[in-house]
Amino acid sequence: MLNLQKHDKTLMIIVAVLVLFAPFILNPFPTGSAMAQFNAGYPDLMQRFVIFGIFAVGFNILFGLTGYLSFGHAAFLGVGSYSAVWMFKLLSMNVIPAILLSVVISGLFALLIGFVSLRRSGIYFSILTLAFAQMSFNLAYSVLTPITNGETGLQLTLDDPRILGVSATADGGIPVTSLFGLEMRSTYEMIVGPWTFQFNAGYYLCGIILLAAFYLSLRIFRSPFGMMLRAVKSNQTRLNYTGLNPKPYTLAAFVISGMYAGLAGGLMASMDPLAGAERMQWTASGEVVLMTILGGAGTLIGPVLGAGFIKYFENIFSKINDSILHSWFSFLPDGIEDAVVFLIHPFIGKGWHLTLGILFMLVVIFLPGGLVEGGQRIKKWVSGGKNKADDKAPKTEPAE
Amino acid sequence: MSKSTLTRRGVLKSGAVAGAGLALPTIFTASSAAAYTNAPSGSTVTLGFNVPQTGPYADEGADELRAYELAVEHLNGGGDGGMMNTFSSKSLQGNGILGRKVEFVTGDTQTKSDAARASAKSMIEKDGAVMITGGSSSGVAIAVQGLCQEAGVIFMAGLTHSNDTTGKDKKANGFRHFFNGYMSGAALAPVLEKMYGKDRTAYHLTADYTWGWTQEESIAASTEALGWNTVNKVRTPLAATDFSSYIAPVLNSGADVLVLNHYGGNMVNSLTNAVQFGLREKVVNGKNFEIVVPLYSRLMARGAGANVKGIFGSTNWHWSLTDEGSKAFVKSFGTKYGFPPSQAAHTVYCQTLLYADACERAGSHNPCAVAEALEGFEFDGLGNGKTLYRAEDHQCFKDVLVVKGKENPTSEFDLLEIVEVTPAEQVTYAPDHPMFAGGQLGSCNPGA
Repeated sequence: MLNLQKHDKTLMIIVAVLVLFAPFILNPFPTGSAMAQFNAGYPDLMQRFVIFGIFAVGFNILFGLTGYLSFGHAAFLGVGSYSAVWMFKLLSMNVIPAILLSVVISGLFALLIGFVSLRRSGIYFSILTLAFAQMSFNLAYSVLTPITNGETGLQLTLDDPRILGVSATADGGIPVTSLFGLEMRSTYEMIVGPWTFQFNAGYYLCGIILLAAFYLSLRIFRSPFGMMLRAVKSNQTRLNYTGLNPKPYTLAAFVISGMYAGLAGGLMASMDPLAGAERMQWTASGEVVLMTILGGAGTLIGPVLGAGFIKYFENIFSKINDSILHSWFSFLPDGIEDAVVFLIHPFIGKGWHLTLGILFMLVVIFLPGGLVEGGQRIKKWVSGGKNKADDKAPKTEPAE
Repeated sequence: MSKSTLTRRGVLKSGAVAGAGLALPTIFTASSAAAYTNAPSGSTVTLGFNVPQTGPYADEGADELRAYELAVEHLNGGGDGGMMNTFSSKSLQGNGILGRKVEFVTGDTQTKSDAARASAKSMIEKDGAVMITGGSSSGVAIAVQGLCQEAGVIFMAGLTHSNDTTGKDKKANGFRHFFNGYMSGAALAPVLEKMYGKDRTAYHLTADYTWGWTQEESIAASTEALGWNTVNKVRTPLAATDFSSYIAPVLNSGADVLVLNHYGGNMVNSLTNAVQFGLREKVVNGKNFEIVVPLYSRLMARGAGANVKGIFGSTNWHWSLTDEGSKAFVKSFGTKYGFPPSQAAHTVYCQTLLYADACERAGSHNPCAVAEALEGFEFDGLGNGKTLYRAEDHQCFKDVLVVKGKENPTSEFDLLEIVEVTPAEQVTYAPDHPMFAGGQLGSCNPGA
C-alpha cells in the first residue's frame, strides 16, 4: 500500500509501534518506586522526543544525503515557532493553520538563506548558515522585539484579537491550543496496578505527524532525487563534469529540511504556546547536529533515536539531585553511602552535560555509525554471523 | 505450552483493576474528580525548585537551591527553624505543610525559557509538584509564570527584577517577593541627589533586552524627576564581553554620570572597562565623574573586585542587616553552609515560607485558596521589615536597600555597605502606573 520495499516496511512498522506505544515503553517502572525517576512517559517529554525526532529527520535529509553540514537549522525551528504563536494570537487556537503557516514561512526563509549559503560548500557553507542563524537569533532577541517580544519570548495574552476564536475563556483564562475542539493538553490516565500511563492528545498528534514525516523522508531516500543528493555527497566535482548542475538539488534538499524544522517549531508552539529567541541560538543548531551524528547520520531511524537520547538526558538526568541519590543508596553504611553519592554527584543534576558528553565521545569513538551501528552489531552478534544475506540491506553511511 | 493459571477470580480481579483504570479521569480535563492540579493525597507534598544550574546565572541558582533546601528542612521541623521563629504569622508548626511532609524536586532552567518550561512541565506532569518556584532571570520567570497559570499551579518567582513580571506579564497564579526596576529607581534617586546634586548629566549603557529596558526607563524617569539630564541611552548586546567601544564615546558626550543597566557578568565587564578607562578620575563640567549600578548583588560585587568601591546601587536584601529575621536566617544558613546567603537565597527562602504559610492559613493547597491567602497579606520578620503582598499585581512592597561598594572590605563576603534603607512608602506605585500597565492578572486557575 505504501509502495515500500520489505526492509523499509519493517522499519516503518517499528517506528509506528514505538510511537504508538511510547506511553507504555517509556514508563517501565511503577509510579512511586525508586526507579520511577527514570520514567520518561509523561506528555511533555514524549512530545519533545517526537518533535525533535521530526527536526532531526529533516536535518538528516540535508546532512545525511548531501553531506552539507548546516549549523543554522535552529533558525528555521524558531521561525516556525514564532509563526505558529502569531497564528494563535491573531487567528484562532486551532493548531492546523498555525502548523501550516510555520511550514510555509520557514520554507520561504530556508529558500532565502539556502540561496545565499549554497554558493559555497564544506566549511564555508557551515559558517554561512551559522552566521545567518546567529543573525536571526540576535534580531529576535532584541531588534525585532515588537514581533518576537525579545528575551521574554512571545506568549499569548488575554487581549489578543483571535479573529476566529475568543480572546479569553468564560472564566477569564487564556484559551488553550486545540485540534477542532480536542485540547492538545488533554491527557487520559490509565492506571494498571502500580503503573500510571498517560495518553496525551498532543503527543498523538505529534506522533502521527512524525510518522508522516518519516514516511516522506523514507520515500525521499529511496527516490531518484535522493540518489542525486547522494551523488552530490560522494563527488560533486564529478557530478559537475557529467553536465549536471547540483545546485537545484541541494537547494531543494535545504528547503525541504528547513520546512521539516519549521514543522517541528510549529508543533512545539502548538503543544506549548510560547516562542523564545534561544530556540534559534547556535547551541540549539549544534544540538540537532549532535542528535543526527549520535543516532547515525545518513540512516533513516538514527536521527529519531539520537533526538530521544539527548532529550532523555537533558530532562531526566538533570533532575536527579543529591537527596535522591541518598535515598537510593540508603541501604549502604553511612560512610560508603556518602562516598558513592560523592562519586556520582558530578554526573547528575547540573552535571548532565558531562554525562552526555562522555557518552557522545564513546559513541563517536566506538560506534562511528551512531546508535544504529550499535544496533546492527548487536543484531549480527545475536544471529552469530550465519545470516550473510544481511549484506543486501542498506548500509549505514557515516557522513564525512 | 506452559500451564495456564487463568482463574475466574483472577479474571474478575484484573478486569476490575482495568475497568477502574479506564474509568479514571484525566489530570487536565474538566471532568476530573480532583478539585485542582496535583492535589496531594498522601502524607507528602511536592514542591518544584526550578533554578539555573548551568549557564550565566549558575552561581545564583546554586545559592537559591541551598536556600530552598534550608527552607524545606525548617518547614519539616529540622534545623533551628530560621526565619520561621521571627515570621509574624505563626501558622507554621514545623510539621510540614498542613501536616504533610515537604518533599522537593529540582530542575535546571539553563537560563532559557524553553528549558525552564520543559523542566517545570516535567515537575508538574511527572512529579506532581503543587507549586513551582525559582528563576534567576526575568525572561525565564515570565515564561514559567505563564506555564503555571495554564497548568493551574502556584508560581513563586525567585530572582526577577523586570517591571514586567508583575507588570504587563502578571498572572493570577504568580507571585513576586523580589523588588523591581521601578523600586530601584525610586530608592536610588534621593541618595543620588544627596551625593551628586541635582544638576547632573547621565549616560546609560543598557543590556539590550526586556529587563535592561525596563530598568533604564525606571532609572531615567526617577533621575530626570530630580532635574538630571539624560544625554544618551546606548543598548549593548547581551553577549558582549568587551565594552571598551561603548565606554569611549561616554568621555566625549559631556555626561558626568554613567549608569550601567547590566547584570551578572555583563556588569562585571562593563564596570571593569569603565574603571580601566579612568572614568572615575575624570572631572567633567567641574564635577567628579560617577558610576551607578542600579541592581547590585554580592556575587557581582565579588566578580568586579576592587572596582566596586564607592559605587552606588540598590539591592533587595543584604546579610549584614541586623533585624531579628535577617540575623536568624544568616545564622542558620551560615551554620549549614559556612558562608552568608546572597539576596537570591533570601528571596527564595522567603517565597517558600510564604507559600507554606499561605497554605496553612487557607487550609488547602488549592492554588485559588492559596492566592487568596497571599493577596493583601501583611507580614513582618522576614528580613525586609513590614511587607505587603499587594492584591492588585501580586508584588511585595517593602523597604529597599541602597548600598555602596565597601572601601575597606574585611572578607570576601563583606563587599557592600548599606547606605540607606528606603521605606516602602517611597517605592510604592499605583497598580496602573504606566510602566506596569498593559497586562491583566486574569482569574486564578486551579487547573483540573
